[in-house]
Amino acid sequence: MYKEGGTDTATPADDPASDPSRVHLARAARPFVGLAVPFLAVVAALLVGAIMLLALGANPLDGYNAMFSGAFGGSDELADTAIKAMPLLLVGVGICIAFRAGVINIGGEGQIIAGAILATIVALAMPDLPGIVLIPLIIIAGAVGGGIWGAIPGALKAYAGVNEILSTIMMNIIAAQFMSFLLQDLLIEEGAIRIQQTERLTENADLPLLPGGTRLHIGVLVALLVAVLGYFLLFRSSLGVRLRAVGHNPHASRYAGMPVKLSVVQALAFSGACAGVAGAVLVFGSESHRLIGEGGAAAFTQNAGFNGIVAALFGGLHPLATVPASFFFGGMLTGGLEMQREVQVPAAMILALNGVVVVFVVASLKLRTRLRQWVDGEIEREGLA
Amino acid sequence: MSEFFTISVIVTTLASGIRLATPFLFAALGETVGQRSGVLNLGVEGVMLLGAYAAYYTALESGSATAGVFAAIVVGAVMGLIYAFITVVMHAEQGISGIGIFLFGLGFTDLLFQKQVGTPIPIRGLRDFDVPLLSDIPHVGKVLFQHNPLVYVAFLLVPTLWFVINRTTFGLNIRAVGESPDAADTLGVNVNLTRVAAIVIANTMAGLGGAALALEVGVFQQNLTSGRGFIAIALVYFGAWRAVGVMTGSLLFGIVSATVVQWKTLGIVEGGTATLTSMAPAVLTVVVLVIVSRRIGQPSALTRPFDRTA
Repeated sequence: MYKEGGTDTATPADDPASDPSRVHLARAARPFVGLAVPFLAVVAALLVGAIMLLALGANPLDGYNAMFSGAFGGSDELADTAIKAMPLLLVGVGICIAFRAGVINIGGEGQIIAGAILATIVALAMPDLPGIVLIPLIIIAGAVGGGIWGAIPGALKAYAGVNEILSTIMMNIIAAQFMSFLLQDLLIEEGAIRIQQTERLTENADLPLLPGGTRLHIGVLVALLVAVLGYFLLFRSSLGVRLRAVGHNPHASRYAGMPVKLSVVQALAFSGACAGVAGAVLVFGSESHRLIGEGGAAAFTQNAGFNGIVAALFGGLHPLATVPASFFFGGMLTGGLEMQREVQVPAAMILALNGVVVVFVVASLKLRTRLRQWVDGEIEREGLA
Repeated sequence: MSEFFTISVIVTTLASGIRLATPFLFAALGETVGQRSGVLNLGVEGVMLLGAYAAYYTALESGSATAGVFAAIVVGAVMGLIYAFITVVMHAEQGISGIGIFLFGLGFTDLLFQKQVGTPIPIRGLRDFDVPLLSDIPHVGKVLFQHNPLVYVAFLLVPTLWFVINRTTFGLNIRAVGESPDAADTLGVNVNLTRVAAIVIANTMAGLGGAALALEVGVFQQNLTSGRGFIAIALVYFGAWRAVGVMTGSLLFGIVSATVVQWKTLGIVEGGTATLTSMAPAVLTVVVLVIVSRRIGQPSALTRPFDRTA
């Protein structure tokens, strides 16, 4: 069901009589159509946001100005945007894998938490390991935790016929409650009775800052690496071919002898692993260097399990294109805080605006397909003329 | 444990389980109608939040909980029209636009709450209505017939929806456009109009679910629903797109939740363990689904937009 909007039409006939320059022009316009429509949709969504700002008694220009400069205005702002984009990108890459394999993963929230928990446990168990060993270890632990949390609904779908939308939602709830349990009981900071958080985790596991004097840490590089790995997995490996084939047509894949059930489990496991890495990065790249459950699971995940889906969709379910998409949404999140300071509109406005952007862009995609068909039709006509 | 197995405690638990099930039931029944027509709405959570806030704010300002219920109905219906436009007219990808609606509802209600109310001021919910005669039946009366009107409405909607879906032309149309829109179209059923109607019903009921929650809790806060809308969607799958199945799931979820709460109050489970038992409803839902049935599939045309020219 999650396929790219574009339809491949017949290549223009090699008719020497046609005017090649016009065909080339129409061809050149084709990718532009692909970009212009979503761009206009974002602009329209921002206009809706402007109306909301006006209704709240704020000057929209000041608001957006604050948002833009808060998100992209300087190296510190860009660094914060990248930090916010990190979990979105990681979850988003996982979403690319799952959706391409035809599996709907709404369980990003739970998978983030599972990854964070396992990574935290590893750091608590082996605090004396040097960073060069411990940091890769916690990242792997995050991937394993998230991977397991993804594989469970995968197996339930493949072998027990349980719809993955249902099971991933339930796994979110279970993970959130489990984290709350651990932070009230087994993992709670010694001496702290009421606050749901671990102790300050070992400094050996602090994600090192990147040079440049900003808060940017190596988590960003990890996220980019995962995006590249996700790309190779999906488009440059035989496993990826199989996953995409299963997503495209499970029946044909079965006839071709592919293990469809195993593919479903693998897709959700890889998808969860990416989200799990986000969980580890969120814990060890945070300012507090603890796993904090106070304020509920959503306060920890920052809704990245859902926003990551959006980022992936904006990236056309391509891991590499999800990078700029995540950066855009990360920018909205950081910019929102600046907007709150400058024009006194609660940052919750950004979440609402985020929703509007999603709806507008998704709704515009069909329009884009139609426009493309029209352009393609022109190309074809020109080609045949 | 023995203190739990007394008649009065069990009666209280069952009664509160039914109350806890009500928001789920509204939202899940609505989503059932929507999905039967072939439209998936992952934005139930957002619409519930909007309905909850509308009910809360209206009740706070007017002093009337009933007015709050109607405000939630209006907000739900408006969201239904918007969602119908997005999915039926614009053919937008349903899963994703639903998440957009969720994010919008989550952010927008928080925004309005901070701007319009600020601190959570409690409101008076709907008054309980004791059904004459029936509420006097020992124990049973307290479990079933001493609730606020919304609880009765929710449970009366179960047979009503069963009847509408299975025994009326409108219901037949809903099922037809959900299973085979092209065939329905050739028979003269207006596919898109039927879907719009189903979506409006679905969202109105999600809004009502939010109202039931806000009026039961008596206060609004950021993310009041905390995942209930998503659970409601899961319950639709649990109930295999049947009103009675959805009711069973809602009751299972509500009663298990109420039992956990009761155990905490009685001190049977404490601290962290209490939190651990809070995951029981979610675990049970999955386990039951693994054990019970895989016979019934989802509506064939679920998430597939209808385009006559395609």
